[in-house]
Amino acid sequence: MADLTIDFCGIKSPNPFWLASAPPANSGKQVQRAFEAGWGGAVWKTLGNPIVNVSSRFGALDYGSTRVMGFNNIELITDRPLEVNLKEMAETKKLYPKHTLVASLMVETKEEWKEIIKKVEDVGSDAIELNFGCPHGMCERGMGSAVGQEPKVLKEITGWVKDFASIPVIVKLTPNVGDIVEPALAGVYGGADSLSLINTIKSIIGVDLDNFVPYPNVGNASSNGGYCGPAVKPIALHFLGQIARHTHINVPISGIGGISNWRDAAEFIALGSTSVQVCTAVMHHGYRIVEDMIEGLSDYLDSQGMSSVMELVGKAVPQYKDWGDLDLNHHTVAEIDEDKCIGCQLCYVACMDGAHQCIHIPGRSKEESFKAGHEYMPDHVPDRPVTAKGGTPGARIPFVHEAECVGCNLCSLVCPVPDCISMVEKRRGPDPETWNDRIRKGTDFVPGGLDATKRAHPKMSG
Amino acid sequence: MGHAPFSLPKGRLEEGFEDKRPRYSDGEAVTEANRCIYCVDAPCINACPTSIDIPTFIHKIATGNVKGAARTIFDANLLGQSCARVCPVEVLCVGDCVYNHWGREPIQIGRLQRYATERALELDRDLIKKNKRATKSGKKVACIGSGPASLAAAGYLSLMGHEAVVFEKRAVPGGLNTTGIAPYKMDAQGSVDELNWILELGDIEVRTGVEITASDDGDGQVSAATLLQDFDAVFVGIGLGADSALELPDEAGAGVYGAVELIEQLKLDPQASLQGVTRAVVVGGGNTAIDIAHELAILGVPEVYMAYRRGFERLSAYDHEIEWGRTDGVRVRVNAVPTGYQRNPDGSLKGIVLADAEDGKAKAGTDKLMECQLVAVAIGQARLTGLAKVFAGVELDAKGRIVVDDATCRTGHAQVFAGGDCVNGGKEVVNAVEHGKRAARAMDAMFSK
Ligand SMILES: Cc1cc2nc3c(=O)[nH]c(=O)nc-3n(C[C@H](O)[C@H](O)[C@H](O)COP(=O)(O)OP(=O)(O)OC[C@H]3O[C@@H](n4cnc5c(N)ncnc54)[C@H](O)[C@@H]3O)c2cc1C
Ligand SMILES: Cc1cc2nc3c(=O)[nH]c(=O)nc-3n(C[C@H](O)[C@H](O)[C@H](O)COP(=O)(O)O)c2cc1C
Ligand code: SF4
Ligand code: SF4
Ligand code: SF4
Repeated sequence: MADLTIDFCGIKSPNPFWLASAPPANSGKQVQRAFEAGWGGAVWKTLGNPIVNVSSRFGALDYGSTRVMGFNNIELITDRPLEVNLKEMAETKKLYPKHTLVASLMVETKEEWKEIIKKVEDVGSDAIELNFGCPHGMCERGMGSAVGQEPKVLKEITGWVKDFASIPVIVKLTPNVGDIVEPALAGVYGGADSLSLINTIKSIIGVDLDNFVPYPNVGNASSNGGYCGPAVKPIALHFLGQIARHTHINVPISGIGGISNWRDAAEFIALGSTSVQVCTAVMHHGYRIVEDMIEGLSDYLDSQGMSSVMELVGKAVPQYKDWGDLDLNHHTVAEIDEDKCIGCQLCYVACMDGAHQCIHIPGRSKEESFKAGHEYMPDHVPDRPVTAKGGTPGARIPFVHEAECVGCNLCSLVCPVPDCISMVEKRRGPDPETWNDRIRKGTDFVPGGLDATKRAHPKMSG
Repeated sequence: MGHAPFSLPKGRLEEGFEDKRPRYSDGEAVTEANRCIYCVDAPCINACPTSIDIPTFIHKIATGNVKGAARTIFDANLLGQSCARVCPVEVLCVGDCVYNHWGREPIQIGRLQRYATERALELDRDLIKKNKRATKSGKKVACIGSGPASLAAAGYLSLMGHEAVVFEKRAVPGGLNTTGIAPYKMDAQGSVDELNWILELGDIEVRTGVEITASDDGDGQVSAATLLQDFDAVFVGIGLGADSALELPDEAGAGVYGAVELIEQLKLDPQASLQGVTRAVVVGGGNTAIDIAHELAILGVPEVYMAYRRGFERLSAYDHEIEWGRTDGVRVRVNAVPTGYQRNPDGSLKGIVLADAEDGKAKAGTDKLMECQLVAVAIGQARLTGLAKVFAGVELDAKGRIVVDDATCRTGHAQVFAGGDCVNGGKEVVNAVEHGKRAARAMDAMFSK
């Protein structure tokens, strides 16, 4: 059994799974129940001067029969008195000394920062997370993402906090920026011991078409909110990768955004997170999901021959490259497994209308094929009836015209049968060559474009 | 105490049966798992006699954590593999899935359970063994009978660091799970494979061909007293006895079988044959009756009748089983009661005499011969529980069932526990497993005192 304990800025956590600062970490009773269920740490719901919340506050995006693929909220920071939170934090830390307790903070003035940092250190917090990410409400008051979007301000406040704090400081970043590296660097230069990301993405989840009010409805009006849940995972992974691979950013990262199960967590860890934080998946299914996360991650590490989760941290980072460094001689083509295809022709329509018209339906004459939209015909389209168990009787297995296939993956992504279409490697050349190699060699020119461009590359186009 | 895995003779009639609910592929399993809404306080859990945490194991299938799914299942039900295939899920977990009341297709829990357990053991056969308690207690338990009840008890005892010796009077181990289950659900090989896997947990020995007796310690026999002397505790998992007979004239002889006896032959005896049987009559209205009728139909007997002495509404066989059997050609005759047999001069069976019945009783003057070459009598099984009474303090109820404490499966004798069909009078494999599990846990608590 692999060791799941992590070292995060010197803090030992029983496992990398933390509750994100949000409703699941709103109170002592909740956090204690979460620790009992197996969560290794919790970032308490952001503390500051109490606020007032509106009702309602959440909205969700369903996809097909899947509920809450994306989640949207217009909730602010904690609405409970500071003293109550502090008392419960102290209690929780006393009951669970080995678990990681992080205080999330958001205040305005230097004076306020000083006071609140002292208070949360006194109750035994292991670290402080600075909420520079809330993209609604708080930012209208000059806090949250209003700070996260201004690298200068972010660096300055981080500096204050570092002056006052004796425990590690995590800067939580907002994804509502053009380039995440700027605020990340500002945090690091301001002295942050760690970064966490992402907070929620500015969003409007939908519009009520009967009443013409966006969701969620607050007395016949609404406001933009913060988007999170499974749908934001790819966005979060990108921001994570951006900072994980940056040579000047060498602090531990806590990954957040759409993590719902062990596999999501493992992906975040492989892309550079040391700990991961979860909000929406817990709001949907409860603390109980952590059992599968712990077990699944542990089994995965065993299967990889890794004895500690720390070995996984950042494993995929070196393979995250700029486009210009990708091998142009790598080439794949789609291959349909004749024993699995059920003959639905989804790959055909996707390739016809959304890709390169290289999948053919058997049994057509050349004329029919041209009429259907093909430009290039293979010498022969084999007429193969579907034979798979569960296949449609009488249906035909489509044919991939290999010479025309660009290896885009589209057909394999839409095929409803698992592992039916695989992408098989057919290299264009034995040695790798990237676009950046071509730039270096001066061969970065593709004929068929603008005259002006052609004139600028006399050697190549000569 | 390791021994070579058990095997079965080849050429058994049951080998020709098609598995009617084959295992899901990875993709099918994940798709079905994602349909489950991961209920809290899920009704399906309450409907499972072993209380498997169904939402959790299905959620784990959905996330690709198949090994975790199997751990969740085996924690609650060590015979999760065979239960996945033989449980009457329609009246257990699946029957209580929230989707039913919603009017939608319920989650196929049994098929998901089969996928999780089989797939996980392919990935790691030692999955459960790895969590075996490291310290050995030195305590030794004798299990009488090698059916699901005893195997569950022995398996869980092994995982908790104790030793078990399983005594089985038959040559083939596994109890009715091996000898009785309809082959289109699971063939005998499935049962034996599972048993071999349980033996790999270690510290379990199965002695076949050894009968536990009231007092004799002869060849192939061990007496109850010897057991008590040699072991720290005893688990009685002897199941039920021989098929009951109709006790009509001319019953004994060729062509008339007890149903359970006949099923055992069809499943295990390579010599068994149905050649020349063009019509078979099964007497009875329970699940054993529909099983043998269905099996005969699948094996190609052109006409298979089930004769039941009361009306349709009184058939005790599950509706889904009857429906399934009828699709495969079984014909059900209700309000028909046997009054005798007729034999040909050479002694072979000519037919069974059936009378019209009213409220289960024959109406005078309605006797009619139904010609057939085979009759299977499925009207119940005798009790073997006389044996249990040999242990001081063990009591039987009016129906001959061993009386136990529900939570611990302990009998009136402090060292003697019992479970399965001999306690509940004949239910399902899963009920037997639950008894074995409760008894193992209670023995473990007793040993660690
Ligand atoms: C025809 C038939 C079909 C069935 N189909 C299903 C089904 O589809 N699904 C389902 O869940 N259940 C089914 N059942 C019920 C299920 O098989 C039983 O409930 C279950 O096997 C009971 O387990 P057990 O361990 O109590 O007893 P058994 O499985 O009966 O095992 C008892 C064992 O003890 C041995 N034994 C008895 N006395 C002694 C002795 N003195 N010394 C040594 N050994 C002894 C016997 O030989 C036997 O092997 C079916 C039953 C029958 C009869
Ligand atoms: C209802 C709600 C309230 C939240 N409140 C806070 C907060 O007070 N402080 C904070 O830093 N992040 C807050 N977040 C953001 C989460 O901590 C987290 O960064 C985000 O939801 C992405 O993770 P997820 O996809 O797992 O939900 C909130 C999110 C939600 C849904
Ligand atoms: S989840 Fe709880 S607080 Fe929210 S609306 Fe429903 S009942 Fe009310
Ligand atoms: S999408 Fe998949 S299953 Fe459908 S026709 Fe194409 S290869 Fe066959
Ligand atoms: S009741 Fe049905 S939907 Fe609910 S957890 Fe059980 S199997 Fe899943």
